[in-house]
Amino acid sequence: MIAHPLTIIVVAPLIAALIVMIVPRRNLLAIRMVSAVAAGITVVLSAHLCYSYLGEHMHGLQFIDRAAWVIFPGISYYVAADGISLSLTLLTALVIFCGVFASWTVVHRTKEFYCLLLLLVTGVFGVFVAQDLFFFFLFYEIAVLPMYLLIGIWGTGPKEYSAMKLTLYLLVGSAFMLVGMLGMYFAAQLPVGQPRTFDLTVLSKAGYTHTFQVVAFFLLYVGFGILAGIWPLHTWSPDGHASAPTAVSMLHAGVLMKLGAYGVLRVGIGCLPEGAQAWMWLVGAIAVINIVYGSYVAMGQRDLKYVIAYSSVSHMGVVMLGLAALNQVALNGAVMQMISHGIMTGLFFALVGLVYERSHTRDIEAMGGLARQMPGIAVAFTIGGLASFGLPGTSGFVAELLVFLGTFRAHAGSYLIGGVPLFAILAIGAVIAIVVTATYVLRVLQRIFHGPLDEAKYGGLTDARTTEWVTLVVLGGLLILIGIYPSPLTDLIGGSLGQFLRP
Amino acid sequence: MMAQILGQLKPELLTFCAAIAVILADLIQVRGNRKWIGWFSAAAAVVILVVTANRWHDLVRPVPLWGGVMVLDRLGLIFKAIFLLAAAITAAGSVDFASQRFRHIGEYYGLLFFSVLGMMLMASAGDLLTLYLGLELATLSLYVLAAYSKISPRSGEAGLKYLILGATASAVYLYGASLVYGTVGTTLFSTIDSRVSLNGIGPGLAVGILFVIASFAFKIAAVPFHMWAPDVYQGAPTPVTGFLSTASKAAGFAAIMRVLLGPMLDAASGWTVFVIALSGLSMIVGNLLALAQRDIKRMLAYSGVAQAGYALVGIASASSLGALGTIFFLFQYLFTNLGAFLVATIVGLSTGDDQISSYNGLSRRNPGLALAMLVLLLSLGGIPPLSGFWGKVFLFWAGVQSGLYGLVFIGVMASVLSLYYYLMVARAMYIEPAADRPTIRLQPSTMVAVVVCVLVVVGLTYPGPILNLAHEAAAAFF
Repeated sequence: MIAHPLTIIVVAPLIAALIVMIVPRRNLLAIRMVSAVAAGITVVLSAHLCYSYLGEHMHGLQFIDRAAWVIFPGISYYVAADGISLSLTLLTALVIFCGVFASWTVVHRTKEFYCLLLLLVTGVFGVFVAQDLFFFFLFYEIAVLPMYLLIGIWGTGPKEYSAMKLTLYLLVGSAFMLVGMLGMYFAAQLPVGQPRTFDLTVLSKAGYTHTFQVVAFFLLYVGFGILAGIWPLHTWSPDGHASAPTAVSMLHAGVLMKLGAYGVLRVGIGCLPEGAQAWMWLVGAIAVINIVYGSYVAMGQRDLKYVIAYSSVSHMGVVMLGLAALNQVALNGAVMQMISHGIMTGLFFALVGLVYERSHTRDIEAMGGLARQMPGIAVAFTIGGLASFGLPGTSGFVAELLVFLGTFRAHAGSYLIGGVPLFAILAIGAVIAIVVTATYVLRVLQRIFHGPLDEAKYGGLTDARTTEWVTLVVLGGLLILIGIYPSPLTDLIGGSLGQFLRP
Repeated sequence: MMAQILGQLKPELLTFCAAIAVILADLIQVRGNRKWIGWFSAAAAVVILVVTANRWHDLVRPVPLWGGVMVLDRLGLIFKAIFLLAAAITAAGSVDFASQRFRHIGEYYGLLFFSVLGMMLMASAGDLLTLYLGLELATLSLYVLAAYSKISPRSGEAGLKYLILGATASAVYLYGASLVYGTVGTTLFSTIDSRVSLNGIGPGLAVGILFVIASFAFKIAAVPFHMWAPDVYQGAPTPVTGFLSTASKAAGFAAIMRVLLGPMLDAASGWTVFVIALSGLSMIVGNLLALAQRDIKRMLAYSGVAQAGYALVGIASASSLGALGTIFFLFQYLFTNLGAFLVATIVGLSTGDDQISSYNGLSRRNPGLALAMLVLLLSLGGIPPLSGFWGKVFLFWAGVQSGLYGLVFIGVMASVLSLYYYLMVARAMYIEPAADRPTIRLQPSTMVAVVVCVLVVVGLTYPGPILNLAHEAAAAFF
């Protein structure tokens, strides 16, 4: 057993960033290797933790590290993980590992790029394992801010506009969070004699008044929701993801958006159950708008990156719908969808990056028949596409099935519209929208990879290279692996959902 | 008896001696390399700082001097430490600037020390007149310092503007103090305190205190008394601007705390409205106006207006946590803002102007300096885990505790807004191409000063020790 495994996972990228900072600018290989090794450590370690958590039938929070930080207001560095945290940590580790390889070809200011990327990942890991609300917020901001420079320097298109828009949107979100958080700190009704604290475990057991819960949950929902891409506050996401460089899109759409959903689950639903109950109709309704709106807009895009970005908006809707349903099955599906979508989108953005690097266009209409030139990329893209609309045998199927099953039966007897439960209507609407998803995914696949090939323009294109295969094989393989054998993951997640379900 | 009192006033006396010493040094050595005077001043400030810090354990209880005209307590000590640190960093950061731009180097550092001495008096004042003496000593020195760059007409304009508006503020102060004296019959804080708790606050006293506070709002550049700040900040020599924006602002806050949280604490329900208005307006107006600036010093001036607004949240809370928040905020702000002005000094010296476009491609021209500036700006913007974040968090915290939800909401939203203009500088440094701008060389003195600032800003990620000191200092009131 390794001592302080979670702290190592959080700190490893940070230390790697510091090492990269002192490596000479020209030594690109060393910079990349340091980053890859740090990412590798986090993958191995988080996989090991998941394995032992499952294998030793652990439950609740494990691998606890704790140290007082600022004593009198009750802030402590407190990291611990349950099944949900662990599975999302593993997802993050995998995506950053692949992201490092997908960025192997970044030659412009490589050193700064990897520094910022690693710093960002530190924040992401931190959010997933922090059990102190204050550190949760702190890591959250660390995860958001490097994005500005990452998109601003290495992005494409209207990058400065996108970077600023994304940063300001997300910071407005964190402002909402901060107000909600301070409110939670002061409004907690703690047992007599217990000093005030930001400890999430304590706060989740603290009794809050109903009114407070309703107000605070709304603040948190808006705050986290902006990052999760809820309609109508999602507009930063397509612009940001389309402008960002490959690895950053992968991380942002693949992992960072999940921070938002995770925050709603861990802090919102975990600490303010009554508030959550009171707002679930809104969360569910907006989630379905996300699903429908995202997939329709994706259908109308010509820029490949915008298609993927809007598909993320749509898929995050599935996650939020699962959260809104608030039952074991749907929550399990929501977390599964976070992971499935994280891998899928990571794969998509990596592939878009590869295609763009070769064809120098992201215009769907301008491409065609590329499958002959790059069969590997085409296969990986197809796997991702199938997972995207939830074909059985892919991870998307498991996740979406669980969400829709759970949603259909959720909140039975409440929120009736003309005698029909609201959530049944929502579930039906969401399922129908999946057909739209299938349409745009198949359209993209057909336009880019099939049909006649413009020999003059694209005749000399090549398939993926060595380092790039890492990304495709790992992520594509996982989509299928989870699709075929989901039970370890669903067990890992399902065992930790009890705390969010109230009778 | 006298010797004992003088022993109590060691920091003040040493500051006075240091001021005289550097002026004499300049007289003795008229020509040649006089950079050592700057180094000497920085070292002297550090030595006085150590002497001041040593008094911490003697002052578990406040010690009144001369019947309470001056009060020596931990609050005063922590503010004195802030002034001395600002002086030390400014002195070190001015070494090159002074040798390139000024003829009278000794007087420059001498005035710096005199200004610090005035601020020290303000921080320990136990009487409206002591406060006035300190205020005048501090600001008179600063008027001259603002106009110190004789070759630059802007600097002269800055000095004149500061003098005229500052004199008006002093007049307002005196008028307010005379109203207070007229109604209560004393200028001594301790006596005013007992009168207020006995008889409550009458209209004469209320107006008088309002005038007093207005004059300090001028000092800390809170809206609507901020008009002087952008012009003076822009025109004054950059190291002086840095000093002005940190130490002088902190001195204004020390005075506000002495008056409002001291004798006027019982009347808090009366004056909080006024402070809330100052705070809210400063945060909104300061940030909005900063958005439009193209000159880094003007931008930092408006950002300073906004920062004063944040710090006022702590005063408006009128609570122990609020006082702690304000003290901690001012402490970290000293390093953050002074650091930013030092970088501005360096860039300004090598490019010859203070436009934000001078920062284009700074990350290629001098990566270390760009990184330092980035850290400092993010701290100003309140990004965790840097010191500015903690500073704001404790203030907002105090605000929420005292039920000032609206003000805190304005503050949080204003911080988001502020990030826009801080990021515009980051954009210039990291995203814009370097074009044909010159590379920037760093002199050891400024480098030391910048490194110290950045290290503190990063080091305050663990705010515990300083927070404890601020906590004990805030005990002066509660």
